Amino acid sequence: MIQAEGLNLGYGERLVLKDLNFRVAAGEFVGILGPNGSGKSTLMHALCGLLAPREGRISIKDRRLEDITSRVRAQILAVVPQSSDMRFPFSCLEIVLMGRYPRRRRWGSLRDDDLLWALKSMRRTTTEHLQDRPVTEVSGGERQRVVIARALAQDPEFLLLDEATSSLDVRKKLEIFEILKFLNATRGLTVLCAMHDLNLAALYCGRLMFIKDGGIIQDGPTEEVFTPEVLARVYQTPMEVIRHPGHQRPYAVMLPLTPGAVAEEEILEAAQEVQSSRFKVQS
Amino acid sequence: MKDPSTSTGAAGPLDLAGARDKRRAGTRAYAAALVALSLGLLASLVLATVIGRLDLSWQAIAWVMLGKLGFAVPAVDRTTEVVVWGIRLSRVVLSGLVGASLATAGVVFQGLLLNPLADPFTLGVSTGAAFGVALLVILGVGGSFLGLSPLPLGALAGALAAMVIVLALSRESGGRIRKETLILAGIVVSTFLSALISLIKSLDEESLSAIVFWIMGSFSGRGWIHVGFLLPYAVLGLALAFAYHRELDILALGEEQSHHLGVAVSQVRLKLLVGASLLTAGAVSVSGVIGFVGLVVPHLVRVLAGPSHGRLLVLSAFTGALILIWADVASRVLLASGQELPVGVVTALLGGPFFFYLLKSRRTRGMW
Repeated sequence: MIQAEGLNLGYGERLVLKDLNFRVAAGEFVGILGPNGSGKSTLMHALCGLLAPREGRISIKDRRLEDITSRVRAQILAVVPQSSDMRFPFSCLEIVLMGRYPRRRRWGSLRDDDLLWALKSMRRTTTEHLQDRPVTEVSGGERQRVVIARALAQDPEFLLLDEATSSLDVRKKLEIFEILKFLNATRGLTVLCAMHDLNLAALYCGRLMFIKDGGIIQDGPTEEVFTPEVLARVYQTPMEVIRHPGHQRPYAVMLPLTPGAVAEEEILEAAQEVQSSRFKVQS
Repeated sequence: MKDPSTSTGAAGPLDLAGARDKRRAGTRAYAAALVALSLGLLASLVLATVIGRLDLSWQAIAWVMLGKLGFAVPAVDRTTEVVVWGIRLSRVVLSGLVGASLATAGVVFQGLLLNPLADPFTLGVSTGAAFGVALLVILGVGGSFLGLSPLPLGALAGALAAMVIVLALSRESGGRIRKETLILAGIVVSTFLSALISLIKSLDEESLSAIVFWIMGSFSGRGWIHVGFLLPYAVLGLALAFAYHRELDILALGEEQSHHLGVAVSQVRLKLLVGASLLTAGAVSVSGVIGFVGLVVPHLVRVLAGPSHGRLLVLSAFTGALILIWADVASRVLLASGQELPVGVVTALLGGPFFFYLLKSRRTRGMW
């Protein structure tokens, strides 16, 4: 369980998030949504211990985050940032093996178990074929999947993703989220992801937390909070939420920012048409 | 989409044996390189001792060395013994130790500061150490304390002070260190301190050429006592660097990723910076400021052995030793007049063009 109590977060003079209180239970799959600059990344930085809170406390498994040693923290919690700078030409396998660092002894040599974890994680993220390639020479999407493999190799209980799939194409995004869903369902991996893609969030997250104006303005099961009203309030954008007839998950359709009701009505009609034509395709 | 295994591509069991074999092959290549370098180093110890102004027979040199190792050998005349053991071999050993120290310090600085241009010289740490020594000399602090000379301590203080200043100068408001600014700050500090050293030395009424030898580095007139000064610093520094080689790998990915992977970033970084400063201070206190070894050797080794620091550190230490031993031989014999060049001149002459090649080569360009 991750718990935040009376959390104030900021940089220098600027207070970004005020008085956050929430709890994420083990096994949850939480999406953190909000407009640019709302503080999603700030919250992620605080949750992984990079940013010390101004006030309040964060605890993980009932221990204060700052009391947990770096090593133990990395055994419990893995992080996938938006992008990872790689300057030295380590092979992709070496990068993934670094995920085993918190679980290795200082003088112990690499065990088969560590190698197996690395290979398994690379298999899961479809990066097995990149093993011997220098990480400086693979594409941005491939590198991101290598970093995700490294996080999985840590064998964490909690996984934090900060816009981790933003740079990937649709297929790769879905593949990553399928892996997360699978690990969440089978191993009870708790997933927290800050993201921009509303529909990806609605598709996979069981719970959504909307951040805006320095606080959490909505937090609850996706079914309840993924509504046109909430989305319009958070993003200042007219939106429609339709339900996919197949998988039954909500889906947001954004509407142009054209002022005036006429255009909005037309678009609504168009959206309905799209929906009905989908029905046909499905059946 | 329902079955995640279909979306994860390759099927079949994980190729653990294959991956293990590949790693073993890498280890074998590394072991072979180590053996080759050790043999090269051993051969260099002898060969570099043979070369010199006074022509000595191989036989005489062999008798002196074997005799010192405790073998029963025919008597050799006193002059030969002094030249071989007291003058030449001690100098070869010292240049090897200094080369190993500087190269290792370069590996640590480059990995730690994510900067391919970083080395004890470009960061101003070497000059800081030299300044520390010069200050002690003019203040008349000499002698020895518990068998330790105070000069390396002065060098260490100077090295650490220069490093703190350079890091502070190059730190931006956000706490990040810009890599261009870092080297710029290093060079500014280094130039300034060089000028101060020249000033101090001229106050001390030493000749200008002595200053040049100090600022460009030299092993002229060094002996076993200097090996003794350097040894504790070199051993401690090398041990610290090697003990944290795995952290160095991860730190080379940057602070944030290191944090996520469980490295206690500030503690480990401090230990490594101290380790690299020990190596630099020890080296500078016995030989002055020798540039380019710490800069070029890590690049050279990285191209051949890859970026993993466990191997990089060890191979760089050996390579640094070899290069500086031969650079010192060159400094002894290059001038027909029989005079010595500062060894730093030789390393700069060798290192400059090589570094230019590195700058232009495809393999390292990604790092800039």
